[in-house]
Amino acid sequence: MGTDTPTRAAIPQSGSDPPDPAAAVSVRGLVKRYDDLEAVRGVSFDVAPGETFGFLGPNGAGKSTTIKMLCTLVEPTAGEARVAGHDVRRARLDVRRSIGLVFQDTTLDAYLTAGENLRFHADLYGVARERREQRIAEVLEVTGLTDRRSSLVLTFSGGMKRRLEIARGLLHAPRVLFLDEPTIGLDPQTRASIWEYLSELRARQDITIFLTTHYMDEAEHCDRIAIMDEGRLVVVDTPAALKAGVGSDRVRITTSDDATAIAELRRRFDIDAAVREGEVTFHVAGAERFVPRLFAELGVPIDSVSVSRPSLDDVFMKWTGRTIRDAEASGVDLARTAMRARRG
Amino acid sequence: MTAEPQAVHPPLTVTLAPAGLRHELRAVRVVWQRELIAFSRNRVRILVALVQPILYLFVLGTGLSALVRSGAPGISFRTFMFPGVLALAVLMPSFFTAGSIVFDREFGFLREMLVAPIRRSSIVIGKCLGGTTVAAFQGGLLLAFAGLVGVPYDPVMLLALIVELAVLSFALVAFGVCMAARITQWQSFMAVVQLAIFPLLFLSGAMFPLTGIPDWLAVLTRLDPITYAVDPMRGTVFARLHIPPATRHTLDPGVTWWGWHVSTPLELTIVAVMGVVMLTAAIAQFQHID
Repeated sequence: MGTDTPTRAAIPQSGSDPPDPAAAVSVRGLVKRYDDLEAVRGVSFDVAPGETFGFLGPNGAGKSTTIKMLCTLVEPTAGEARVAGHDVRRARLDVRRSIGLVFQDTTLDAYLTAGENLRFHADLYGVARERREQRIAEVLEVTGLTDRRSSLVLTFSGGMKRRLEIARGLLHAPRVLFLDEPTIGLDPQTRASIWEYLSELRARQDITIFLTTHYMDEAEHCDRIAIMDEGRLVVVDTPAALKAGVGSDRVRITTSDDATAIAELRRRFDIDAAVREGEVTFHVAGAERFVPRLFAELGVPIDSVSVSRPSLDDVFMKWTGRTIRDAEASGVDLARTAMRARRG
Repeated sequence: MTAEPQAVHPPLTVTLAPAGLRHELRAVRVVWQRELIAFSRNRVRILVALVQPILYLFVLGTGLSALVRSGAPGISFRTFMFPGVLALAVLMPSFFTAGSIVFDREFGFLREMLVAPIRRSSIVIGKCLGGTTVAAFQGGLLLAFAGLVGVPYDPVMLLALIVELAVLSFALVAFGVCMAARITQWQSFMAVVQLAIFPLLFLSGAMFPLTGIPDWLAVLTRLDPITYAVDPMRGTVFARLHIPPATRHTLDPGVTWWGWHVSTPLELTIVAVMGVVMLTAAIAQFQHID
């Protein structure tokens, strides 16, 4: 997935370079301060057109606030941001016309049908009337809801509602689709199906997807990931590079002659291996390339092999020094403070 | 998922209308339409909203008839109450549709409107016009009972009443939207409405004629904007009744400011201006919601 997408691992650290007008999203030194809380503390990054870009971090890390600033819902305290080339402060309506939005909480009218919700959206966004019905049919088809067009949203399951919101977000053919925690509160099976629809969408259409998540496994669907913690960007890179940065993969093999296998690993590959829980276990970088060589050159028949890669949990741990669960626990207080600040 | 390759989709050619008045009007229209759809889907709400005015008209009106008959010869108290009950009939639906903003916020749909590439004023205007249509329709339904309380079915009178009901509804909805912009809970909204609704109603002359009342009460009635909607409606109805002039003078004295008679066009203008002021305030409130 997306391995051919150009990566820009470097994070523009200062807010001094101007935003990139060709980028789908370009952010420089963005800050949001509420009365007694700095929710976003100067983030900078670029998202290339066509990229799927993931914002990863615990609750209260500042992901949603950043997304709200990019969607012109919240005014930045400082810094600059351009979405589809439009300044989020000075060209709010242009930004809004270029983006599709799917929020954490549902924003559908449950007492309207799926079709009516979409028609309402088409009119609010000014989709050409003669194209409207056809376009509604298209997005319903992409999200697999064609036969539910005339059903009241009231009767939809959580997963169907989320799909309808994605359909609605796509209706006006935005250049950037923002998904704020698109699978939160859904069961694992429904989450998987949402991702299936999203990857299908990416295969069919040239669209930039910007999403936030605090599920580590979902970040794997992204071309690049930005890890956010306590209002700051910690690192931006591809999932593979981030994981490679954490360390090597773990390989476990079973052979007919473990002692010889261990000796051969040392002699031919200079690898220290040991028997752990009945399997020959060792660590190596880039295991998926190493395993074919292993079969060809080890000289000992291999019965089975398993490779486990470092997870994004390990990545988060490396960059923040804590697990996402721990970060979540301490982040709850921050989130509460933010809520108070917003209401006050 | 099937394994067969996906059909290649035609390139996206969705042209969006340019920003401007035409686009804003389309947004106003669709927000207005949504109110009508919500209303038409809720038959129970239509019936329930009719119950209260009918109770006032036929139960309270009939009960009080026996008491006040002697004071006003040639007319039933129900006939007197009819214009006032029309005002009552639009009061609840006006606040109810305005309050649906609180619901929209609670269930998230408000955000769909707030993030759209349209002006906030288009949302507020659409909502107010939707509420006005719904409330005026509800009040208009009550006109069907005119014959039962001795009011003739005069087409010009019915039309005039509907216009007057619409002006009143507009002012009430705009007032309600203004409150709803600030209130985040349905319960709180309804509490405020309950607090406002009875003084507004009782001081408007909807339930009793504004003649022979003490000065302090007379002052309060002149401060109630609904007074300036009830009085024209009563004038509209009473002009079609065959009753002694003395009775008409007692029951339909008109509104005076220090002895100066406030004309019907001025009264309706007052209500309409109130509505526009409230609408402007509501739009201003909406600029600050995220």
